[in-house]
Amino acid sequence: MNNALLLFVAIPLGAAFFIPLVSRILKWIPDVVANAVMAVLAAMAFLTIGKNGICHTGGWMTCPGIDLKLDGFASLMLITINTIGLAMALFSVQYMTRYTSKLRYYTLFLGMVAGLNGVVLTGDLFNLYLCTEIVAICSYALVAFGCEHDELEASFKYAVLGTVASSFILLGIALVYAMLGTLDFADISARLAKDGMSMPLTLALGLFLCGFGLKAALVPFHAWLPDAHPSAPAPVSAMLSGVVIKTAGIYVLARLAFNVFSVQLVPDLLLILRVLGVVSMVVGVLLAIGQWDMKRLFAYHSISQIGYIAIGLGLGTPLGIAGGLFHLVNHSVFKSLLFLNAGAVEYATGSRDLKHLGGLSKSMPVTAGTSLIASMSIAGIPPLNGFWSKLIIVLACVESGHPWLALAAVLVSLMTLASFLKVQKYAFLDAASAATAKAHEVPFLMRAAMLVLAVLCVAMALLVLTGLRTPFLISPAVDALGVLK
Amino acid sequence: MVYALCMVLIAIGLYGVVVKKNVVKIVISLAIIEYGINFLLILIGYRNGGSAPVLRKGMAAAELASSSVDPIPQALVLTAIVVNLGMLILLVAICIRLYERYGTFDVTEMRRLKG
Repeated sequence: MNNALLLFVAIPLGAAFFIPLVSRILKWIPDVVANAVMAVLAAMAFLTIGKNGICHTGGWMTCPGIDLKLDGFASLMLITINTIGLAMALFSVQYMTRYTSKLRYYTLFLGMVAGLNGVVLTGDLFNLYLCTEIVAICSYALVAFGCEHDELEASFKYAVLGTVASSFILLGIALVYAMLGTLDFADISARLAKDGMSMPLTLALGLFLCGFGLKAALVPFHAWLPDAHPSAPAPVSAMLSGVVIKTAGIYVLARLAFNVFSVQLVPDLLLILRVLGVVSMVVGVLLAIGQWDMKRLFAYHSISQIGYIAIGLGLGTPLGIAGGLFHLVNHSVFKSLLFLNAGAVEYATGSRDLKHLGGLSKSMPVTAGTSLIASMSIAGIPPLNGFWSKLIIVLACVESGHPWLALAAVLVSLMTLASFLKVQKYAFLDAASAATAKAHEVPFLMRAAMLVLAVLCVAMALLVLTGLRTPFLISPAVDALGVLK
Repeated sequence: MVYALCMVLIAIGLYGVVVKKNVVKIVISLAIIEYGINFLLILIGYRNGGSAPVLRKGMAAAELASSSVDPIPQALVLTAIVVNLGMLILLVAICIRLYERYGTFDVTEMRRLKG
C-alpha cells in the first residue's frame, strides 16, 4: 500500500506526457485517457480512507531521503482533489471543444492534478515547494489558455504575484535549513519542540504565511484571484477555485501551523489566521455583491469562503478545525459546481454578464436546478452541506469565546445569500433576453458532471449525521493535525 | 557580509517588480530575486576550504561529511533553477503574446480587468 502512494503522482504525470505523444494520431485519446486516469485516481483516493503510511524513496546512507506521508488529512484532501478532478474531466470533454487544443489542455490539467496530489502527500518542505510550483506553472498556463487580452493580462498578473510568493517560500525554506539542517516535517517539529523558536525561524514562518497566504488568496494577498479565476476556461476556474487555492494555500497553512511549527510555540499564529479569515470573509463578500460578471462574482465569493475556513482553523479547537475542514470540502463541491454552471451558461448563450441574461430556468432546467442547489448551499440554507459546516464554525466560535466572530460569520452568510439571489434572479428567473432566447440545454456529459456535483452537495450533508463533533472522514483529518482535545 | 549582499539582491528584485512598468523588466526582476535566493542557499551549505561532495573509492561517509561542503543545498538549488527556468520561459511567452495583443510592453496600458 505504501509504495502505491507514488502512483498518485506518477499516474497523472505519466498520462500528461503520454497524451501528446499519441494524440496526434488518435484524436479521441486525450478525452478517454484523462477521464480514465481521473476515475482510477478517484477510486484509489477512496481506498485510502482510514489508512496511514509512509513511503520512503531515495534514501542514501546518512540522508533521510524523500518521504510521502498519508494520514487522515491527506486522505481527505486526496478524495476532494480527485473526485472534483473527475467531474471536471467529464465536463471538459464537450466544453473544451470551444478551444483549439484539447491535448495541451489535458496535459496541463493532469500535470496540475499530479502537483496537487504531490502537495498533499509530501513529507518535506522542499518537495512541498516543488509541487506547489508544478501546480502554479500549470495553472498560469491554463489561465492564459484562451490567449485573448483578458486571459493574458490575468495570467501575467497571477504569474508575477505567484512567482514572488514562491520566492518568499523558497527564502523561508533556506532559513529553516540554515537554522535546523533538516527539511522533513517530523524532524523540524521534533527539533523545534527541543530547542524552541528563534528569530530567523520566526522570519521564515512569516515568509511562509505571506507566500501560502497569497496562494490561498487571503485578503491582503487576494488581488490576482478575481482576474485569474474568471479568465480561465470553466472547468479550470472550477478546479482553481475549488481545489487549488485550498490545497496549495489552506492545506499547507494548516499543516505548517499544526504539524510543523506547533501552535504552542507560536500562539499568535492562530490570531493571525483568525484576523486574515475575518478580513477575507467580509471584504470578499462586499466586493462580490456589486459584480455583474457571473464568474467574477463567484471568484470573490471564493475569497469570502476561504475566510470561513481560515477562521475555523484559526480557532484552534477540535470543533473549529472540524468545521473549517468540513467547509473546505463542501466549498470545493459547491464552488466547482457554480463555476460549471457559469461555464454551461456561457456555452449556451455566449455571455456571462448577468445584465444580458435571464429566463434560463425554462430552456436550461438542469443548469438552473443544479445552480439553485449550489447557491443555496453556499448561502447556508438547511439542509444542504454548506449550512452544516457554517453551523459548526459558528458554534465553535461561540464555544471558544469569540461571539463577534460568530456574528460576523452569520452576517456574511446573509450577504452571500443576497448576492446569490441576484444571480438566480438575473440569470435564471427574469424574462428571457435576446441573448438567451435561443439557448438550449448543454450536452449530456456536461449535465452529468453538474448533476454528480449537485448530488454530492446533498449527500455531503449526511456526513453530519455521523456526529456533529466527529463527522466521518473529517474527524480523522482533525486527529492528524494533532490538536489536543 | 556576503549574506547581506544576497538580501540586497533580493531587495533589488522586489523593488523592480513593484516599481517597473515594462513587463520584460518585471520578468527580469523576478529572475534577480530567484538568483538572490539560490545564492543564499548555496552560501548556507558552503564551508571555507571544503571539498566537492563527491564520494571517492575507499572513502568513509563520515570522512566525506567532515571535509566537504553540504550537498543538499546544491541539490535544492539545481532543482530550483530548473523550476525557475520553466517559470521564466512561460512568463516570457506570455509577454510576447501580450505584446501581440496590446502592442505595448507597458503594464499601465493593460487595464481591461478591474472592479
